[in-house]
Order: sequence, then C-alpha cells, then structure tokens
Amino acid sequence: MPEAHAETAHQHHAPTKFIWKYIFSLDHKVIGKQYYFLALFSVVVGMILSWLMRIHLVWPNAKLYGLDLLSPAGAPGGVMTPEYYLSLMTLHGTIMIFFVLTTAPQSGFGNYFLPIQIGAEDMAFPRLNMLSFWTTFVALMVLLSTFFVTDGPPISGWTGYPPLSAVGSSAGPGEGLGQTLWVISIAIFCIGSLLGALNFIATTLDLRTKGMKLMRLPLTCWAWFVTAVLGLLSFAVLFGACALLLLDRVGGTSFFIPGGLIVSDKIMPHSGGSPLLYQHLFWFFGHPEVYIAILPGMGVTSHIISCFARKPIFGYRAMAYSLMAIGFLSFTVWGHHMFLSGMSPYSAFSFSLFTMAIGVPSAIKTFNWLGTLWGGKIRFTSAMLFSIGFVSLFVTGGLSGIFLAQPQLDPMLHATYFVVAHFHMVMGVAAIFGMFAGTYFWFPKMFGRMMNETWGKVHFWTTFIGVYCVFMPMHFIGVEGAIRRYSTWTDNYLIPMIPVHEFMTIAALFTGAVQFIFLINVFWSMFKGEKATDNPWKGTSLEWTVPSPPPFDNFAGKHPVVYHGPYEYGVPGKDKDYVMQDSPEKIEDDE
Amino acid sequence: MGLAFFVVLVLITAVSVYIFGAHIWWPPHAISTIGPSVDHQFNLTLILTGIIFVCAQLGLGYFAWKYRDRKDGRKVIYSHGNNKLEAGWTIAAAVVFIGLNLIGFQIWAKMYFTPAPPDALQIQVQGQQFAYYFRYPGPDGKFGPTHVEKVDDATGNFFGLDRDHDQDSKDDIVTATLGVPVNRPVELILRSKDVGHSFFVRELRIHQDLVPGIEIPIHFTATETGRFEIVCTQLCGLGHYKMRAFLQVMTEEDYQKWLQSQMAAQ
Amino acid sequence: MNKQRFLWLCTLVAVFLIVGCNKKESTTEETTTPAEQQATPIDQATVGEVTGKVAFSGDKPKLAVIHMDQDPVCVQKHQGEAVHVEDGEVNENGTLPNVFVYVKEGAEKYSFATPSEPVTLDQNGCMYKPHVFGIMVGQDLHIISSDPTTHNIHPMPKDNREWNESQPPGAAPLDKKFARSEVMIPVKCNQHPWMRAYIGVTKNPFYSVTGSDGTFSIKGLPPGDYTIEAWTAIGGPNGQTQDQKVTIGPKETKSVDFAFKAS
Repeated sequence: MPEAHAETAHQHHAPTKFIWKYIFSLDHKVIGKQYYFLALFSVVVGMILSWLMRIHLVWPNAKLYGLDLLSPAGAPGGVMTPEYYLSLMTLHGTIMIFFVLTTAPQSGFGNYFLPIQIGAEDMAFPRLNMLSFWTTFVALMVLLSTFFVTDGPPISGWTGYPPLSAVGSSAGPGEGLGQTLWVISIAIFCIGSLLGALNFIATTLDLRTKGMKLMRLPLTCWAWFVTAVLGLLSFAVLFGACALLLLDRVGGTSFFIPGGLIVSDKIMPHSGGSPLLYQHLFWFFGHPEVYIAILPGMGVTSHIISCFARKPIFGYRAMAYSLMAIGFLSFTVWGHHMFLSGMSPYSAFSFSLFTMAIGVPSAIKTFNWLGTLWGGKIRFTSAMLFSIGFVSLFVTGGLSGIFLAQPQLDPMLHATYFVVAHFHMVMGVAAIFGMFAGTYFWFPKMFGRMMNETWGKVHFWTTFIGVYCVFMPMHFIGVEGAIRRYSTWTDNYLIPMIPVHEFMTIAALFTGAVQFIFLINVFWSMFKGEKATDNPWKGTSLEWTVPSPPPFDNFAGKHPVVYHGPYEYGVPGKDKDYVMQDSPEKIEDDE
Repeated sequence: MGLAFFVVLVLITAVSVYIFGAHIWWPPHAISTIGPSVDHQFNLTLILTGIIFVCAQLGLGYFAWKYRDRKDGRKVIYSHGNNKLEAGWTIAAAVVFIGLNLIGFQIWAKMYFTPAPPDALQIQVQGQQFAYYFRYPGPDGKFGPTHVEKVDDATGNFFGLDRDHDQDSKDDIVTATLGVPVNRPVELILRSKDVGHSFFVRELRIHQDLVPGIEIPIHFTATETGRFEIVCTQLCGLGHYKMRAFLQVMTEEDYQKWLQSQMAAQ
Repeated sequence: MNKQRFLWLCTLVAVFLIVGCNKKESTTEETTTPAEQQATPIDQATVGEVTGKVAFSGDKPKLAVIHMDQDPVCVQKHQGEAVHVEDGEVNENGTLPNVFVYVKEGAEKYSFATPSEPVTLDQNGCMYKPHVFGIMVGQDLHIISSDPTTHNIHPMPKDNREWNESQPPGAAPLDKKFARSEVMIPVKCNQHPWMRAYIGVTKNPFYSVTGSDGTFSIKGLPPGDYTIEAWTAIGGPNGQTQDQKVTIGPKETKSVDFAFKAS
C-alpha cells in the first residue's frame, strides 16, 4: 500500500569519504548521475563513430589521420576498410542502444527522480542499485576493449545474428576475440539491467509516500515502472540468447549453427542448430527494448508539456493505460523484424496485427499531447522545445512504422534506409530529445544551477532542423531501395544516390557538431550557472518541494503527504496558477 | 518561438510531401505479376499516413503558435481530458491501422501461401560469402545430391556436386547469373552455404532471407525482359556491400540459347 | 539430481577456462624465428643441385570456367576471354605446373639468413599471381593489387596465425610474415570466392615451383641426405604430396622425378 515504509532499512547518514560518496555510493542521486555521465560519455563515442561511418560512405578514400593509430589493420594509412566500417557500425549500434538509450532515460533520470517523485528516501535496494551501475560500467569497458584486440571489433551488427557471429574468425575479421567480448559485454549488461529493473519495480510498488496513489503518480514514474517491467522480462531472454551464443562460440555447442556449413572453405564442426532460434530470442528482447528506450521519453515529454503548457495533462488515465498497453503489446510483435527471415509466413498475420495494434496507444498518446497543448499558455523553455520536438519526431518516426508493420510491403522496404530512418527517428532521435528535455528540465534540481537558456534554444533549433535533414532523406532513398549496412556503393542503382548521402553526411557532421554546444552548456552551467531556486519552473510534483540539489535522504527525514494528482496547473480560482502535489488545499475538480 | 515552430513544421511537411508526391526517388517499375498489387498497397499506405502526417505536424505547429503564452492574463482551459474523445480516437486509430493491414493481407497470401504452379521452372539459389550461384537441374529435371566435403570454391564446385558418381548431377548447370524466361512461373529454392544472406530484386518486389540449414522456396513470374540487380540485404560479413548478381529475364528462345551456352561452359 | 548439478558446474568452469584460453591464444603471437643453435656452416665450394620433372598420368581434368559476373571490374580486366580454374591444369607435354618441390628433411643442421628481398603477391584480374609460391619463415610477403576493386587476403593456415584483411583500391600494399614453416597455406579472397593461391613456408631456401615445362631445380644444396617433397593441388581440396629420398655428393647434380595421377 502507498504507505511510507519504516521497515526498509536505509543508511541514514551521508557518507563522508570521497570513495563512498561519489564512487561506490549507495545514494540513488549519485548513481543516477553516474548513469547519466556514463551515457553522456557513450553518446559522444557513438556519435563520433557515426561521423566516421558517414564520412566513409561518401568519401571512401578519405584519409582519416589518427584512425590508423587506433586500428592499423582496420584503417591502413587512415583509409577505412569495409570490415572496419562494419566494426564501427556494430559498435555504434551497440553503444547507442545499450549504453545510451537504455541507461540515460531509465537508469539515469529514473534513478534520480523516481524516489523523489514518489516521496521516498532512496531506491528499495540501494546496494543492488550500486551493483547494477558498476555491472553496467564493466559491460561498457568490455565492449570498448574490442577496439584494441588484434583482429578488431566485431562486424556482425548490433543484432549479432549467428552463424556470422557464432562460427568464429573464419567468418571474417573481428569475428574472433572481438565478437566473444561483445557477447560477454552484452551478457554483463543484461545482468545490470535486470538488477536495475527489479529495483525500480520494488521501489514503485513499495515506497510510495502517503497519499501517492498509483493514479497520482507522475507519468514519468509510470513510464519508468512500465519500462522496468519490460526490462525484467526481456533482458532475461537476451541473457539466455547471449549465453547460448557464447557457448556456440567457445564451448563447441550448436544451438544456433546448423550442420554442413562451409565458411572460408572450412567445414564447420557443428550440427543441428537453428539461426532462427536466435532471431526469435533476440527480437523477443529487441522489440521491447525499443520501448525501453522510448517510454521514459514519453513520460518526460508528458511531464514537461503539461508543466509548460500550464494546464493538466489531457487524459491522464489514457496516458497511463496506453503506457501499459504499449508495454504489453511490445511482447507480441517481435516477429515483424522477421517477416522475411524464413519463419512461417502464417505467423506474419498475428505479428502484423499486433504491430498495427501498438499504433493505437501510440496514437492516443499523440492526441493527448496535442490535447494538452490545446488551450494552454505555452512557455517555450528549452525543455519545452525539446518536448514538442519529441512529439514531432515521434509522429514522423511512428508513421513509417505503419509501412514496416505490413508484411506485404516488407519486400520493398526491409533492410533499406527506410528502416534506418524509421528507428533512428522514433527510438534514436526522439528518445534523445526526451533526454535533452529531461536535462534542461531537471538540471537545476540535479546540480543546483540553471542551464543557459539562450544556448539551449540555439541547441534545439539547430538539432531539430539538423536531424530532419539527416534522417528525412533516408526515407526517400530507402523507398527506392537503398540498402543499409553497405560500406560503399557499387550497385548500379545505388551510385546515383551518393549526392543524397553527401547531403546527409554534411547534415550529420553539422548536427553532431552543435551537440558540443549542449556539452559545454552542461559543464559550464554545472559550475558557473545561475543558482537555481527550489522550484524554478513552477512545477507541481514532489521533486520541486525539496531543495536544489536535494539533501542526502531527499526529504530531510520527513515523509511528504500527497493530496493531488501530479498535473494541477491552471487551476481556476487559485492565486498561483498551480497546486503542488503535497499542498493540502482543496481543488473542486479533484479525483 | 511558437510561430517559428509553426513555420519550421510547415516547411518540413511541405518538403516531405513534395518529394514523395513528385516521385523524385521512387521504386523502379515493377516487372512481376505480384508487383502492381504491392505498389497499390504501398500507395494506399502512403496516402493514409501522409494525411495523418500532415494533420499531426501542422496541428502541432499550429497549437504551438496559437497557444503560446502572450502574457495577456488569458486563462488556460482547465481540462483533465474527455473520455468520449479518447474513445473516439482510439476506435478511429484501430479501425484505420488494422483495416489497412487486413486489406493488404491477400498480397502476402499470394506471395507465400499459394504454392508455385507445378510447371514452374525450379532453380536453386545458393548464397555464400560474397556471391550467389544458381543451379539448374538440366534436361533430366532433377537436382543431384550435394556433398559438403566436395565443395571447393577454387575449382568452381560451389554446390559440392559429384558429377562422376551421381547420375542426376551430371547435367546440372551451375551459373553465376540468374537467367529466367519471361512470363513463366519460376520457383527459387534458396539456401546458404555459410552465414545468413538475402535475395532482393527490387523490380520483382521479391525479397527473402537465405537461412543456413533450411531451404526456402519463393516463386514469381517476370513479365518483362531485361537485366536487373540481385542484392544481398542480410549482413553477411566484410564483402556484404559487394554481394550481388544479375537477374536476366529473357524471351523463351533466348533463354534456351543461354542455357545451352551455360551448359557448354560447365 | 546432484550429478546433473555437478555436470552443469563442470560446464560452467569449462566455459570460463575456454574463454580464458581463447584470449591467450589470440593475443600471443610469434613473429620471430628462434635462432638455430650451433649451426653448421655451408661450404659454397661443394654444393650440389637437384633437378627434375613432374609428370602426370591419366585423363586431363576438365577445367571449369570461372564466372566473374559478380564483379564487373574482374570481367572487364579479361575482356571477354574465358578464365579457367588453375588447380588441375596440365601442361601440353603432359607435365604438371604449379607443383611446389622443397627439401623437407635433411637441412635442419644449417641456418639460413632470412632473405631481405620480399616475395610479391599480385592480385591481377581477380586472380593471384603467382598461384603457387614459396617463402621463407620470417621473410616479407609483399601484397599488391593491380585491380581497381577491393580485394581481401585471407590465408587459412593450420600452424600460423590466421588473418583476414581487406585491401581497397589504391590502399597501401600489405606486408606480412609467417612465423612457422607450413606447406601449404591456402589463401583465399573473401571478396571473390574463386581466387586461390598456395604458399609454401619453409625454414630453408631450398624450394622450387614447376612451370609450363613441368621442371624444377633446387640449387645450392650442401652434400648430404635429403627428403624431397612435391606438392600438387590436383586430387583433392588439400592437394597431395610425394616424398623421395636423395643423397647429394659434393658438387653433384641429381635428378629426381615425380609422377602424379589424377586421383
């Protein structure tokens, strides 16, 4: 029940030693920041990798000085080889999906704000929390170590389909130790995510303060909760897939490798496995993973749009239920990644129908965001700009999903840049817009100082236009049949598309470059920004009732009591235009 | 700021709609019997999503502009939502999305549920790092068995045929180009020698993964002659980008001549 | 039940061990040859020679045409001429080309300086030139490309380290070495499945490859007893070999002939 819990024993004294305070901290706020900075580091790495890829695509003979120092074989004399392109692509995908999209919105912001927003002192299991961060950290280190192994990082993509990823170095450079380390890294990451998910679920269910009914939870908390459930159910499956793949690679088993394969003139000593089994396991994780990346962004967007439109979120219940519906349906659609994989074509019916069905709650969310803006008094802070940008990108990226959900259209679009555009728009850029919005919104609370709003707006406009310039053209050439995962264009019909690629590369270099405005803004504001008040945005949820930054146990030993829903903005007949969640005053329309 | 949003979203929408509408980049003309129905479904989806795209983006831009804070003391519309509206757009979205899909299912059924006609020309397609090879059964109409240990790329025995001992293999024809006669049903049997590959011919609107360990049949009837690119779309290793072959659709007469010349080159 | 648990535990431990071993294996790498101890010097005044011919009996194998359709660059280079598979070629005079003949045993007591001259392997017309060649342990292999297309060089040794590197058009030549003797190492191009070369890596400089007349000669052999081995690609994926013993006196030239059958 939503009671404050006395029996969950927490450490009540803030540690004083540096190592316990900042490194192996049990404080959810420090762990949240650790996750955030881990993701920030990863996103910079991942973005630089995407730059290198985009440069190679349009200027294949360009000499990238310094790259040959990192990998003499992958870039002899600075000229990238096709296999090195695939290595970078694999690491770009892996880093971005696991270490950015999964960590920052959920483990980063979630860790920091879930306990505060529900009125708890900390997460339910602080030690588990610390463990899950350090497990994730180890996973990242293992992944990055693949840059330095002899035959280079793996080349089989972030999906790591066997047999390519399973048969070892005969299949190509990078398929030796690099691929083994990749599998180990992902397996470790799964463990970290599972621990994190458990903690989120327990915290949301058990540690809500008095009056914090489920239907009074901020939508961010709903999003983090549903995401945690998805993580718990899907990462367990991915862990299994990784364990089996690892055994196939080093243990001589044949879970995913059928008999009679000849790779590089060698008969493979395997028999009886099924490559499709891996694909099923992987996508059973892989599709919920898409929602793990995007749901927290939806939560943040709802939270921010309501705050800066200065009116209640439109259809709170519909928003919460649609999160749950998306979460549930996300486990029923994985087969749409496999329409052409050789699985039974009959199953395409059900996967396709469920996929279309998942468009319904997504549409509900979009309508409700529009409904929230309708009749509001919109304040265009940087956080609000990124939230509105999120809605635009989500619509654009979501609609291309209507094409890809239809098996009958898949023969035209499967594995083309249309797909690349689709998932970058909807789970890549939109989710990252959610993170930007969250950063601009919560930075004052996390660091006690305001970010620079002018540069925030410059950052938004350049990024928003930039990402449309990068990803919109991918739809166009994708429709014509531009194939993804090609390192160079040799096919007759792909060569005329090179000018479009040049445009996208230039746009990507520009868009990437303006992200440094954000990075500088973050680090500059951390030390030099204007001091923040407790509630700079006039928000209503509990994080705005505590000092910026909050003390060690968040509420200074007190337990807040909640009287209202989280989005009481623009309440008629009140002096202020908002009513805080812990304010005991009455609202006529209150549920 | 709200006006800027409106203008930018109008621009993005207008450019996107124009480029799709003007077919600046467009799928090539379809040359298979299944092609036109796929294209029809594609166009239908494009129109429908196009309408939603325009309405949603412009709506978003318009709201951002119209409901900006003008510091004029205007009260916001204090509303927690409207259940009738929620139910309305839920049902509308469900009907549109699921209905669209149901309309298209018969195309999928034609591709995969209807077996190839019994008189279809059978051709084996083998993908390997990083090339396709095609095997025709020859005059006897039978594919000889394959032997893993006989496979040798250096001597051109990509399938592992034992022509000295297997009667059925003697007249099998192995080629590097897929030659097919026009207007005749063709059934391809897809297999892979090493890792996953894919078989994609844009003009045929045919696309299917080659999965190691299983043989997957697909069928089509080409309606026009010409030379078309077959490309690999499943990441198969370092030469993935170069893995391709050509589909040569010929008149029946040319096809027979071509087959004879290929037989002579075995 | 307990037994099963024990089995699983064993598997787990085994997995860790294998992963551990794997790492070691691929990170350690020998590139230098250990200097032979107490090597006997060679008296250049007394050295002899082995010459010979490699004959072939049986039906000439039918050579398949190579289909290069996949890469137009390769097709263009040959200007419409049909290219045939090289393994299985027989000379006009009934002898075999591309036979690698070398001193397998008998030269262990001598030490040989690694030649400073590299051996060049060219990729031309999407074929390896030469098709069969020898190289000494530690000697440089200089790999160049004359084709405006991306090649990939993938030796598939049993005793040496396997590697697999691409060479885009215009890229710098690759320089490689083999750390251990091995006859023969097949080389393939992962871009063009038909491309194949064979490298014989030896500890001594006593090797030769037969040409279009089917003859070979190995010069500079100090007097002594030797085992001469001939290797041909004919007759199976790994080819076949024949050994012959020969004794060389001072300044003697001995003739050693081999005869292979189509298997």
